[in-house]
Amino acid sequence: MTVTSAIGDFRTCPFTGRRIHRQAEGLVKANAVVAIVALLIGATAALLLVLTRWQAVHLLPAVWYYRILGVHGMNMLIFFIIYFEMAVLWFCATALLNSRPAAPRFGWFNFGLMLLGALIVEWMQWSGKADTLYTSYPPLKAHPAFYLGVILFAVGALNVVGQFFATLVIAKREKTYEGSMPLVVYGAMTAAIIAVITLVHGALVYIPTFLWSIGVLPSVDPQVYRMLWWALGHSSQQINVAAMVAIWYMLAALTVGGVVLNEKVSRTAFVLYILFISMASAHHLLVDPGFGPAWKIVNTSYFMYMAVLASMIHGFTVPAGMELGMRLRGYTQGLFGWLRKAPWGDPGFSGMVLSVIVFGFVGGITGVTIGTEQINIMVHNTIRVPGHFHATVVSGTAMAFMAATYYLLPLVFRRKVAFWPAARWQPYLFALGMLLVSMGMTFAGSFGVPRRHWDISFSQAPFDVQFNPAVDLMLAIMGIGGIMAVTGALLFIAIAVKSAFFGEPLGTITPGVAMAGVPQGLTNPPVHRPDADAINEELHRHGALGPTPGTVVLVAVFFVAFVVYYFTNWKLLSVLWKIG
Amino acid sequence: MLTKVHTGLDPVPGVWWKPAHRAEKIWVAVAFVWCMVLFAMMPLWHWRGGQNPAGIRTRVKPGDFYARTMEFAKQYKVGEDRGFPIVQPPPGSDVYLTGLTFQWYPILQLVKGERYRLHMSSLDVGHGFSLFPMNVNFQVVPGYDYALDVTPNAAGDFRIICNEFCGIGHHTMVGRVIVLDEKGQALSDNPGARILGGRP
Repeated sequence: MTVTSAIGDFRTCPFTGRRIHRQAEGLVKANAVVAIVALLIGATAALLLVLTRWQAVHLLPAVWYYRILGVHGMNMLIFFIIYFEMAVLWFCATALLNSRPAAPRFGWFNFGLMLLGALIVEWMQWSGKADTLYTSYPPLKAHPAFYLGVILFAVGALNVVGQFFATLVIAKREKTYEGSMPLVVYGAMTAAIIAVITLVHGALVYIPTFLWSIGVLPSVDPQVYRMLWWALGHSSQQINVAAMVAIWYMLAALTVGGVVLNEKVSRTAFVLYILFISMASAHHLLVDPGFGPAWKIVNTSYFMYMAVLASMIHGFTVPAGMELGMRLRGYTQGLFGWLRKAPWGDPGFSGMVLSVIVFGFVGGITGVTIGTEQINIMVHNTIRVPGHFHATVVSGTAMAFMAATYYLLPLVFRRKVAFWPAARWQPYLFALGMLLVSMGMTFAGSFGVPRRHWDISFSQAPFDVQFNPAVDLMLAIMGIGGIMAVTGALLFIAIAVKSAFFGEPLGTITPGVAMAGVPQGLTNPPVHRPDADAINEELHRHGALGPTPGTVVLVAVFFVAFVVYYFTNWKLLSVLWKIG
Repeated sequence: MLTKVHTGLDPVPGVWWKPAHRAEKIWVAVAFVWCMVLFAMMPLWHWRGGQNPAGIRTRVKPGDFYARTMEFAKQYKVGEDRGFPIVQPPPGSDVYLTGLTFQWYPILQLVKGERYRLHMSSLDVGHGFSLFPMNVNFQVVPGYDYALDVTPNAAGDFRIICNEFCGIGHHTMVGRVIVLDEKGQALSDNPGARILGGRP
């Protein structure tokens, strides 16, 4: 067998003993750095936005509120998230499979192409030539360069996804690993497949819209646009979900020795994502005129909620894997001894757990409920919608990405995490702030407060609108939470930038000796007991609750919360006007 | 036989298609049944529930719809407020509402407990129909006539907030719906407190 890369292209990781390809590592670094820059722009925009929606402060003038809202959407939902996902794909396909990357130079080309697209979009938005918000629904029209920028970015991303698949083939052919690929890579592959579906829809919607903007096409049907655009806009959030779940499994393994309970169950759940999760475009079209009830019900439910089933499965297997991993390391006391003894001061662990909890309890439950065809009548386009997706995309995905970064800094950048004492509480600050944002928005939205709206005092409107005074309180909670969360995000950015560019090199690690700036999962790698297989057999035999009784209790609590919230919303719906 | 203890970072040699533990199977079964309940609720509500977004949906030229709205407003006009006609159609009839930057045209006057077929569309860009303080929301798309049978269940002075970004004047776009009580009396001009106070 001919190995096409020389030994000098690799270095050996001092923590894991894995072979790390230098060029792949460079791509991981570059993509992660641009992601953090986009996060900085998006977070600054977020601060300006909450201080405007907090009606008592009302900071920005109208034009700049809508402009910055568009900037916030593109930077957070597209540039930050997708660039970070490119880093995750490069990392999983090479470092986790001990492989060389496919065509690294082409990878740099695509990195540049995405950057070019992103810069064009930024330019158009900041200069006021694309005041059409993130969704740019026609007949609202932006400058053609805006659509072109998005297309360039999407083509670059699609190419990288192709390179990810090519790398999987290389790893398989060069036998860099034995057996089936690790579950984490399987999850990343799921994200990549969903990314292909998503980006193809992106092409289907942005290319005709670009042609319309330069006058080649006479019009774009606004309803068809909404359907195709959300097949990009919502499905891209499903890339995040898959990538986030993969990161949960990865951090569970690195921080507490989390195991995979059953490969069949976890992998089947990922397959359910691939099959069904892209139907969620319908979540945005439930009270649209273009579609009938059958289409709405089948699609909004991801065909009988099979993708929800997948998330509920991961919601069990991720904590259960951590519980079992801890038990196999000897933390066997009671139902929750494994949680009490967990490394809560490790931001990689606390960030990941907060991501699981808030994504599941807040993001997941609210998402399924408001994505119900009829319940959506009292939710559509109210600020309850951003209340939901800040719990999924920010508290879930972004929090998981931050937690992963605390491990990527020493593993990939080979630097200590800077400002270590601050890093230890950063996840708590960020998660609490975001929780307040989500709660404030959700409750304000239940009173009918619209999203994407500059002035809910309606001072310039022909008729007065007087919201319930509770709304002011809710928006104040959102504002205070927003300030906390942005502080947490800026702290994270400061840590990441200082570590990556001016950080202290790692030096020698002595296993078992804690070191400031290095997460405990690396200085003190979680090791299962030597007779783990036998203990595992034993744990699987006893009791009705199985090897992970603590997790069974936790998911039972989750399930009750889900049922109560869901039916409460039907009750609230039933008192509205009769509509049919 | 269980798979050897391993994490999600380890490749899995051999066959990993092994039966799951009973606790895991039970959770998957519970989740599956719950998913079926979630799925069944939507058709069930179409059958038995009172709030459904189905309606009658047709394509229409924006100009034609607007002309139809103007004609409707002229036919049933009973008054005027701030330059907008107040239009009171007979119960059971077709009612037309056009969204255009940045207003809802015309003002509707309905009667509590009566049924109307409310047609909504846009003359220009997308708008969002949000009935305040009922919090009933529908998307208004140019080129599409969305007709919903509505029965107001409370008298009062309602507002229509636009909740889809439609341009720089978006936040000034507010319309009005008056619902008279069964005796045909208007309640005092106090939109928020009464209706909202009675709701959770």
